Amino acid sequence: MTDLIVDPPAKAGRSYTSGEVVASARKPVGRFGFRFGLTIVILAALLAIVGPYIAPYNPNAQDLLVRLASPSSAHWLGTDELGRDEFSRLIVAARVDLGVAVLAALFPFILGTVVGAVSAYFGSIWDLAVTRLVDLVLSFPVYVLIISLIAIAGGGIRTLLIVFTVVDWVQYARLVRSVVLRLKNEDYISAARLGGVSHLRILVRHLWPNAMRSSLTLLVTDMMYVLLGLVSLSYLGLGIPPPTADWGGMIAGAQPYMQQQWWLIAAPGFMIALIGSGLMLIGERLDAR
Amino acid sequence: MPADADAPEAVNVSGLTLSGPQGLLVTDVALHIKVGECLGLVGESGSGKTLTVRSIAGLLPSGIELQAGRIDTGGRRVGMVFQDPMRALNPTFTVRRAMREPLVQHHGLSRPAADRRALELMKDVGIKDAERIAECYPHQLSGGLRQRVLIAAALACEPQILLCDEPTTALDVTTQAIILDLLHGLREERELAMLFVSHDLAVISKISDRVAVMYAGQTVEVGPTAEILRSPHHAYTAGLLRSSPSAGGPDEPLFAIEGVPPQRPAEIVGCRFAARCPWAIPECTCGEVPWIGQDYQHIARCVRSDDVAAAFSLRVDHGGWPLSLEVDHAVS
Repeated sequence: MTDLIVDPPAKAGRSYTSGEVVASARKPVGRFGFRFGLTIVILAALLAIVGPYIAPYNPNAQDLLVRLASPSSAHWLGTDELGRDEFSRLIVAARVDLGVAVLAALFPFILGTVVGAVSAYFGSIWDLAVTRLVDLVLSFPVYVLIISLIAIAGGGIRTLLIVFTVVDWVQYARLVRSVVLRLKNEDYISAARLGGVSHLRILVRHLWPNAMRSSLTLLVTDMMYVLLGLVSLSYLGLGIPPPTADWGGMIAGAQPYMQQQWWLIAAPGFMIALIGSGLMLIGERLDAR
Repeated sequence: MPADADAPEAVNVSGLTLSGPQGLLVTDVALHIKVGECLGLVGESGSGKTLTVRSIAGLLPSGIELQAGRIDTGGRRVGMVFQDPMRALNPTFTVRRAMREPLVQHHGLSRPAADRRALELMKDVGIKDAERIAECYPHQLSGGLRQRVLIAAALACEPQILLCDEPTTALDVTTQAIILDLLHGLREERELAMLFVSHDLAVISKISDRVAVMYAGQTVEVGPTAEILRSPHHAYTAGLLRSSPSAGGPDEPLFAIEGVPPQRPAEIVGCRFAARCPWAIPECTCGEVPWIGQDYQHIARCVRSDDVAAAFSLRVDHGGWPLSLEVDHAVS
């Protein structure tokens, strides 16, 4: 059976055509990519938990005599414009950024899933109302909506969570609604109705396990977008208020010194990109299965 | 074996009219099933068989409404066996959980009691190693086993009426026969009133006492199975019998009724089959066709029912369906 498949002879240092590169990039994320992503995310979660305990310096302690120091054995990633230890700030920021990102993805996930499932299951006026509301929210550009909501409500972590929930639940509502609309006419749901199972129980025990996969996939991918959105807002000064260490704020603060102290931007940027890619790899893999 | 003549009626449907977004889907369907009796419901796809069954179970799909009519089951419990056992079993439930659900939720049994009852039911439907099967998910089972599990689950609520919506269509022929035997046995044992839907006359003939033929959202002929197979009084029934692959000889081309079922049957005046019917005369499309039948046992909505029956028995080749071989052969 192998004689039908002729492998091109493996050449050392073989160059790839652009077509091959595109084709390989289009391949679904394999098991390796998934594990790689999972490792990154688990490590990031650990960092968020233990970060504040292992930081060598107080992340907010200023030492104005060593402002903008280059990396050394005392300050592994140097210090920022106020003489705060960059490395300590980097790992302490993981808790705030990841914590808020997870919650800001989880709340809309819960709200959207419940609303979407209920509206699709009961249909008629509920469905109509929810669909219109979803359309309304979707018709706003996301960031414009977020920024105006923050401008109205003022900054702070609680506002961020509320704002992300308000903006983001529609995605889950739409997705779960479409899945439940399809599933609720399945014969096994009819059979459950005939067997005297209550609506609530059908929704929670019979429909939800079947509808779960797609919304969980969205949750993982969405965490990445929420993380990016969060640090973008912090970069703009609308997110996590200073002096709390966070990656977006660190990039914003170090921007004037980009020419000399490039690592002050590169380090938080790298963390964001790494964790974002990790989440993306997991999401893609879940999506493909 | 025909059911007891004076057995009480378990299901009585009259004037059933269902409407969907496109108009009327089922018009004025009347059926009655006695306790211990099996009524077969035949018709091609889209004739309204499934909708009729679902309306009896109270499971009309969203968007389809009961416009008129009365469905009387006398408060009897209804169980239903669905066409595709893969779609009728929740893929995220093990068989044990699927079986337990109605027993716990509906009958209020405790979990261990429900599990014991589930195993009993599974053994009743001929699942030998029920303990092992109970741990399986639907996708791990064969089609026949799935259908057995589904039947066991339908029996969990101790139904007095069992609705079977093409329960053997998704199965291969040997499994089909086994499931038919099983359903037949259960019906005798539990004195179920059964409504058996199929598009396959051969299957219907094996299991049902009486047959109702549906065409384009109407019942067009109702009568005892043997009589309908021997002498159909409606042209459509005759065509259906003739269409059975085993009705013709090996070298004959397969017979098909010409034309297609109407798109909006409710708008047709008179007989809905007239456009495809070789017996059609102007009278057929003048107005509502009355039920014609001698003794209310075998009735047909056909103006020329006597001619159809005569043509069928004489196997005339002109002016009607060319009928060459015994119908018995088709259904044996």
